[in-house]
Amino acid sequence: MSTKPKDGTDIAAGLLLMAAAGFFGWQTTGLEIGTSLRMGPGYFPMVLSGILFLLGLIVFLRAFGREDDEPFGKVAWRGILFILPAPIFFGLTVRGLGFVPALFLTTLIASQASMRMRPLAALILAVTVTILSTLIFSYGLGLPFRRFGPWVQF
Amino acid sequence: MELLSNLALGFSVASSLANLLFCLIGVLLGTLIGVLPGIGATATIAMLLPITFQLEPVSSLIMLAGIYYGAQYGGSTTAILINMPGESSSAVTAIDGYQMARKGRAGTALATAALGSFFAGTVATFLVAIFAPPLTAVALKFGAAEYFSLMVMGLVMSVALAHGSVLKALAMVVLGLLLGIVGTDIYTGAPRFTLGITQYADGLNFVAVAVGVFGIAEILRNLEDEHDREVMTKNISRLFPNREEFRQMIGPVLRGTGVGSVLGILPGGGAILASFASYTIEKKVSARPQDFGKGALAGVAGPESANNAGAQTSFIPLLTLGIPANPVMALMIGAMIIQGIVPGPNVVSEQPALFWGIIASMWIGNLMLVILNLPLIGLWVRLLTVPYYVLFPIIMAMCSIGVYSVASNTYDLYAVAFFGLLGYVMSKLRCEPAPLLLGFVLGPLLEENLRRAMILSRGDPMTFLTRPISATLLLMSLAVLVLVFLPQIRKRRDEVFTESDA
Repeated sequence: MSTKPKDGTDIAAGLLLMAAAGFFGWQTTGLEIGTSLRMGPGYFPMVLSGILFLLGLIVFLRAFGREDDEPFGKVAWRGILFILPAPIFFGLTVRGLGFVPALFLTTLIASQASMRMRPLAALILAVTVTILSTLIFSYGLGLPFRRFGPWVQF
Repeated sequence: MELLSNLALGFSVASSLANLLFCLIGVLLGTLIGVLPGIGATATIAMLLPITFQLEPVSSLIMLAGIYYGAQYGGSTTAILINMPGESSSAVTAIDGYQMARKGRAGTALATAALGSFFAGTVATFLVAIFAPPLTAVALKFGAAEYFSLMVMGLVMSVALAHGSVLKALAMVVLGLLLGIVGTDIYTGAPRFTLGITQYADGLNFVAVAVGVFGIAEILRNLEDEHDREVMTKNISRLFPNREEFRQMIGPVLRGTGVGSVLGILPGGGAILASFASYTIEKKVSARPQDFGKGALAGVAGPESANNAGAQTSFIPLLTLGIPANPVMALMIGAMIIQGIVPGPNVVSEQPALFWGIIASMWIGNLMLVILNLPLIGLWVRLLTVPYYVLFPIIMAMCSIGVYSVASNTYDLYAVAFFGLLGYVMSKLRCEPAPLLLGFVLGPLLEENLRRAMILSRGDPMTFLTRPISATLLLMSLAVLVLVFLPQIRKRRDEVFTESDA
């Protein structure tokens, strides 16, 4: 660790903002910029990317020479590991497996995000959620989901 | 008299049996989810939004409004009982409400919040009915340049009212604007930022962004630290305030309603500011300011009224101009657009039944809250004891179904995961999500009006300054920006926000 004070959070924030600006700016290069009279699809995003980069740079530079005023705190690694894949899994399987099995597995995956959840409780919860949701959304509201998809047809 | 006939039309729409039912379901569901700790009104609405899409436009907006009031009320309940405000607007309630609960006056605090909110809601509903129509007449004179400037002002205000660093809030707005532009360019049809994924050609799904940034990020934050909560359930014996307490309530409720109604109209999150302002005022005028922070009734009655009045009047810019004043209104705009309604001054003339129906349903929703929630408080309290690890898998399932049901697009679900991660990283880096969501909603509108204004003025950017309304709006935005960067104001602003965190 260097002795000079710096705000690690803002350094990360600044770098992230500049990276985002870089991404959008790079993507804009393929678009027609046009003139200020007839703006092309690239005009407005190009201006915005520039502003975003500048803001990111200022946040980054101002981070040096001052203390981090708040601790960063814990990171919910387990949450990230199980919560975020849940909707992705649902998206990958809802057509193939169908609504009922996909939802059951999605709930099961999400429930693993807490270390307090015991396996049996998770199973009971997933079954209950699946049954109720199927009744409410599929039968009650009549959403056009296939309850069982082609992957599980007999 | 026109006002009365308009209101009569509204009530005839809103009091149809079906709409009453949807309003009731909305209020119930909103309270149900809103009362869950750590989930604020915005996250609640984002999660419940998809179930309203199957309904008629009027019914769906009535139900959404019901969800909004329910969620706000639910947020106050958690603030009072477990000192966990769902979002910043009820943060102030937690200061004195929780102390009241610890002294065994939880029932009184809850009833005060409900009654104060109802009174404020009633007054603010009338204000919306009185002021919305003349404002739409003004709004009809707005051209592309005025719209552009107005949106700039809204975005600047949202920056000024955000917690923490102004710079980072500004950056969030710009990032939101860029994300809002993802999709096909309306003038040339060129795909922008879609990475070649045709499923994103219509733009990123608004519900997916909102659920990710608000809902999922909030779940992750709650999972950081799993600990038991202390719920003040034992002492809810007496609900109704006695005569003495009623007398103490009147002043704060009246002042709170006034402050809230005015501040709610401001674009950029007036409801939050309203509850802070009301708390400060009550502390100033009180004969016993030393009671504040230790369970003062006025510290609950004032901010809760202000909060609700502000929530109500923030519908004015939405209904008249189509400009969202806060993230919740941004969600409402999203819902309207999905229903095929273009929010703006034309709604009142083209769809009077919808317009007045929503206004009438605001009052009905508030009434339902009082009637339902006072007797049901026991039930909501029991919900608070449900452990979090049981709740969030259910929420994840609802989110997945909800987002998928909007357009049956599986890529929206991938976007949810992405924005959930983004929202979480942002909150870790202390960037506010609210300006990002406002930027996201306004991005396409802002660009469209900018391009149109430039075409109309033959490429002369001075058009924004030569048109008086536009110039005034831009000057006001500039003034606000200068103010928030001034060292003195900045210090004051930090104080206000720290006070709420304490």
